[in-house]
Amino acid sequence: MKPKHFTIPYIGWMAVFVVAPIVLIFVYAFTTASGELTLANFARIAGFASVFVNSFRLALIATLICIIIGYPVAYILSKEKMRIQRLIVMLIMLPLWMNFLLRTYAWMSILENTGLLNRFLAFVGLPMLRIINTQVAVVIGMVYNFLPFMILPIYSVIMKIDKSLLEAARDLGAPPLSVFSKVVFPLSLPGVLSGMTMVFVPAVSTFVITQLLGGGMVILLGDLIEMQFLGAAFNPHVGSAVALVMMFIVIVFMYVMNKFGGGEGRTVGL
Amino acid sequence: MPKELIRLSDCSMAFDGEVVLNNLNLYINDKEFLTLLGPSGCGKTTTLRIIGGFQRQTSGDVFFDGVRINDVPPHKRMVNTVFQKYALFTHLNVFENVAFGLRLKREDGKKLTKSDIASRVSEMLDIVSLSGFEKRDVASLSGGQQQRVAIARALVNQPKVLLLDEPLGALDMRLRKDMQNELKRIQQTTGITFVYVTHDQEEALAMSDTVVVMEKGVIQQIGTPEDIYNEPKNAFVADFIGESNIVDGCMHSDGVVEIFGRKFACLDKGFAPMEHVDVVIRPEDVDIVDVKDGMLTGTVTNITFKGMLYDIIVDFKGFKWLIQTTDLSPVGSKIGIKIDPDGIHIMKKSEFSGVFGDYSSYSAEYDDISDVEYEPDGSDSEAAAYET
Ligand SMILES: Nc1ncnc2c1ncn2[C@@H]1O[C@H](COP(=O)(O)OP(=O)(O)OP(=O)(O)O)[C@@H](O)[C@H]1O
Ligand SMILES: [Mg+2]
Repeated sequence: MKPKHFTIPYIGWMAVFVVAPIVLIFVYAFTTASGELTLANFARIAGFASVFVNSFRLALIATLICIIIGYPVAYILSKEKMRIQRLIVMLIMLPLWMNFLLRTYAWMSILENTGLLNRFLAFVGLPMLRIINTQVAVVIGMVYNFLPFMILPIYSVIMKIDKSLLEAARDLGAPPLSVFSKVVFPLSLPGVLSGMTMVFVPAVSTFVITQLLGGGMVILLGDLIEMQFLGAAFNPHVGSAVALVMMFIVIVFMYVMNKFGGGEGRTVGL
Repeated sequence: MPKELIRLSDCSMAFDGEVVLNNLNLYINDKEFLTLLGPSGCGKTTTLRIIGGFQRQTSGDVFFDGVRINDVPPHKRMVNTVFQKYALFTHLNVFENVAFGLRLKREDGKKLTKSDIASRVSEMLDIVSLSGFEKRDVASLSGGQQQRVAIARALVNQPKVLLLDEPLGALDMRLRKDMQNELKRIQQTTGITFVYVTHDQEEALAMSDTVVVMEKGVIQQIGTPEDIYNEPKNAFVADFIGESNIVDGCMHSDGVVEIFGRKFACLDKGFAPMEHVDVVIRPEDVDIVDVKDGMLTGTVTNITFKGMLYDIIVDFKGFKWLIQTTDLSPVGSKIGIKIDPDGIHIMKKSEFSGVFGDYSSYSAEYDDISDVEYEPDGSDSEAAAYET
């Protein structure tokens, strides 16, 4: 059959760029430098427990903040006139078209001890804030960089909700607040869920943000893995083991979340 | 003396300057079954939406029980709606859909108890023959089942007024007839006022106490089903309700009308001498006789067997009539016709004169074409979308 041939490039692409790296990571994680099978790499991970805890904690905090900011933005946006909606969606996406490093550098110069923020605070006579090179700065960086990935899926799911459902709810006696809590919110959960995935996964594995805004003071999984592959600690076998464990935890995490959220709005096409 | 419950007073609606309802005046009595009947796009749904509070009329007032409710939001109006496209909550199962209104309800300032809600829901599901479907996902139901959930969801709240927007549109003939009887029975036993929208004239005549015929955002006629059928006000109503031959006539005096150069006796009076009028002759009111006994003579050009009767098309001097008869006269034969005075109905000339009531373009498929569910807004694809 013809269509089969069309899939060959994709299968090839997947094999080379997705399957091969994962296989390599597996191989590295379970072997020593001399090529013998071992579980020692995983035993070493125990020593990095605090990095794991910290990574998941900060990524979770960033994800929650993204929901708290992103949901109302998406909801309010969906109520605006079409023209305004398009404009705002473009503004939300605009930073994404700029280089990730540049954007994060910009935050450096805002949060620095002598940066824009502190100069402003000094100007209005408030005490200076030490944010740069702290976990707060890292979370700010995560929220800033990943917020659009929370807003957009929520927004597009809310937009797809049939307006007649809102009318039906009001018809049945629901005041505006109940219309939201009983219809809009449950129907928008799939959007929240995909937003959470799209924020949490990159946040948990980021290393650029930690390096620029955390100044090496905050070490997360991304940094740990990077150090094992490129840094002074060079040990790709331990690095692979860390990557595998992280992947495993993230997958379990996502699975549980989808299971929990799936009961609500599964009929909304996503 | 029936009590007036809802009144629309000089209601007009325009979207971006385009007038879709023009100066509607209408009152609806308590416990009445009133039907808004008209072709697609005539403004039926818009009228319901104004009563339900989902659309604010451009001008005019809406009264409920004598109180002006222009500014009362939908959730505070004592009406419930069965929406044209069901609008079921896809994230809730059948039970929760029906229970939706009950969970928000306060009776004597208190919420309903769980068991109370459960018993009311199951009673209502029983009425719409959906017992046992409580746990089902609404998306997994057929179009007809979804429609019945929508009816149950509205009815369970025991509103003063139920607005139904083509609630039986997705049902097959058989189920449609059953549900018509069922709805009529529910309306009579509960005493809830029904404002029913349909474009099916048979359904309107069969179910309603009062029929409101609409076209182009204007009420053409309000009356009982018998009034509307027997005494149509203009050519539009005559044509839309049942089959009608509509011909030009001239009133010579009270009770005498001239058609095709011949005088006929009729029962209508009160027209100016020699006033030009539209004359309606229903296909079943024409008797076929020998040519020599006939008041008019015509040639049979078409015959369609309809079970009990034949629909025949007869050419009178180039103007074709539809006649229903039990006697078969072959195509090409000459026949005479007789019309009793009560078979003739006279109407004033209107903007619809000359537009309707000619069967020149008649073909056997004519009925199919005019009776198809004409839904340009794509509710079919909507139904399909629910299946996925
Ligand atoms: N929100 C709207 N904006 C613009 N035009 C509208 C709007 N709602 C309705 N209309 C127009 O108003 C007219 C009447 O519409 P309405 O839905 O009331 O018709 P209807 O009688 O219910 O027809 P149908 O039998 O097809 O449901 C139509 O021409 C329609 O296009
Ligand atoms: Mg309609």
